[in-house]
Amino acid sequence: MMEKGLMDKGSVEGQVTEDLMRDTLKTREMWLNMGPQHPSTHGVLRLILALEGERIVDTEIVIGYLHRGMEKLAEAKTYPQFLPYTDRLDYISSHAMNFGYVLAVEKLMGIEVPERAQYIRVMMAELTRISSHLIWLATHALDIGAMTVFLYCFREREMILDLFEMACGARLTTSYFRIGGVAHDLPDGFIEQAREFCKIFPKKAQDYDDLILKNRIWLSRTVNVAKISGEEGLNLGLTGPNIRGSGVYWDIRKDEPYSNYDKLDWEIAVEHGCDVYARYLVRLKEMRESCKIVSQCLDILEKLDGPVMAKVPKVIKPPEGEVYASVEAPKGELGFYIVSDGSPKPYRLKIRAPSFANLISVPTMVRGHMVADVIAVIGSIDVVLGEVDR
Amino acid sequence: MAGEKEKKVSKEEVKEERKPKAPAAEEAAKKKAAAPKDEAPQEPQVDVDTLPLVKRVKEVKGEFIEDVKYFRGEITFVVEKEVIVDLCHFLKDDSETRFDFLTEVIGTHYPEREKPFEVVYHLYSTSKKHRVRIKVQLAEDEEVESVFPVWRSATWYEREVYDMLGIRFANHPDLKRILLPDDWEGHPLRKDYPLQGPPGYREAWIKAHCASTNKL
Repeated sequence: MMEKGLMDKGSVEGQVTEDLMRDTLKTREMWLNMGPQHPSTHGVLRLILALEGERIVDTEIVIGYLHRGMEKLAEAKTYPQFLPYTDRLDYISSHAMNFGYVLAVEKLMGIEVPERAQYIRVMMAELTRISSHLIWLATHALDIGAMTVFLYCFREREMILDLFEMACGARLTTSYFRIGGVAHDLPDGFIEQAREFCKIFPKKAQDYDDLILKNRIWLSRTVNVAKISGEEGLNLGLTGPNIRGSGVYWDIRKDEPYSNYDKLDWEIAVEHGCDVYARYLVRLKEMRESCKIVSQCLDILEKLDGPVMAKVPKVIKPPEGEVYASVEAPKGELGFYIVSDGSPKPYRLKIRAPSFANLISVPTMVRGHMVADVIAVIGSIDVVLGEVDR
Repeated sequence: MAGEKEKKVSKEEVKEERKPKAPAAEEAAKKKAAAPKDEAPQEPQVDVDTLPLVKRVKEVKGEFIEDVKYFRGEITFVVEKEVIVDLCHFLKDDSETRFDFLTEVIGTHYPEREKPFEVVYHLYSTSKKHRVRIKVQLAEDEEVESVFPVWRSATWYEREVYDMLGIRFANHPDLKRILLPDDWEGHPLRKDYPLQGPPGYREAWIKAHCASTNKL
């Protein structure tokens, strides 16, 4: 399945030569700076790599280049005012970010959201997951050298963005969710267009598989690269598709079902490979499962009428207390911890960003690998720097 | 029109809060006050000690627990700072709790309190599917032990708390700033952080940069 040599890292001969080199030639570590402006870091992420030859012995990650002080800003905004800021966390999956925030505020206030709004939310969140994973697949494949996948994925993502534009007028920073429901009902023709997407998407997903699933270059760049066991991953804070790629059955949508996920029929995508390839398989399966969820939601929404907004006071003043609510965002567990002092502004708001936590394990993953593998690893854990730096 | 309506509503609300004079308004106010209470009746009804998680922890490590809170279905343990690592080890290893995942570490500043800082740990168990929150309260210059030996992900979370609030963690392997530059002064998530720069900075900046407009 794989060429020997390229991935042959732990061989005895290799170790002996390495030891010889160190003793006789007096080699020393080289420090290589990667980023913050590097096309494969997907934003402004800086890695300082300590190298022995081309092998990585240590990594330091420097973040904060996109820090906007969101948590401090939240303390000066009322609850509804902060909602658009959440779009800018993980800016390619803004519905999911909105979802986490509104759930936290609703939990704090004890608001019951109408059924129809629940299904619209779930559908939007799942469309977001597909579009986020499409971007991930596109850029990840591009980093590794597969150009065609990039074009294919962006073509389908465009269809999803068109749907978003139809529903709320914006393509990226949507702010469609509201505390207590969604901004307004779906427009005419939305369901038909979304159905069209659900119909063609499985075929398109098959196209991606045909391109790279068994591609020899793809396999040699991803299989057995950056292995991390489930236990170690949990210890290092991995969540979402990354931890499911290490064989851990943990999906917040199933384990602590929020909104209407428990009423829908779908499966958790889990792989046991623990490597970059396994994470790729998990995301591909997740896209298909999300497509299933979207079509179920469409079936229900067609028949289900009703309000899309709960009765929410004009001035949102939650009672004193603190809550933590989390959702399964495309990157992992997104949590909002809100401390309320009874005023219309949050006293403290903490965002548990999945990409931030997922980055912690990068030094462990890349240790002993080649410089070129770093790009595959960063791609595979799917970081968005807007969320890392907040 | 919509704007006017909103204004009216908010004015009414303000009035009601102050002193409802007319009996009708009084009734409405009563209703309003009663409504949120009806929504959240479950809080006082639950006897915290009967929850299996609280029971187990109190049984084995009862001496560690100062206080237990229950709000919106979430359990919070308040503990002394000395026991945090022991308690976390127990929560992680015990067969009934199995908290194998540290979700996050948070710092909060309450300047009016005697112990102004609070470090909050959120834990999750992937096998038992439950969550818990642990709180430690700290005075101004107090340190808390790092939970890095229990969960390695704590390194970054604690660095962020240090960066944003200046809370120090003892025995942390590499406690330095994470989001802000290394030479940054102050800790922005403290409530007394000067938001518009140090005193006089904003005025000086306007003088230097906006002199020609003469408007600001």
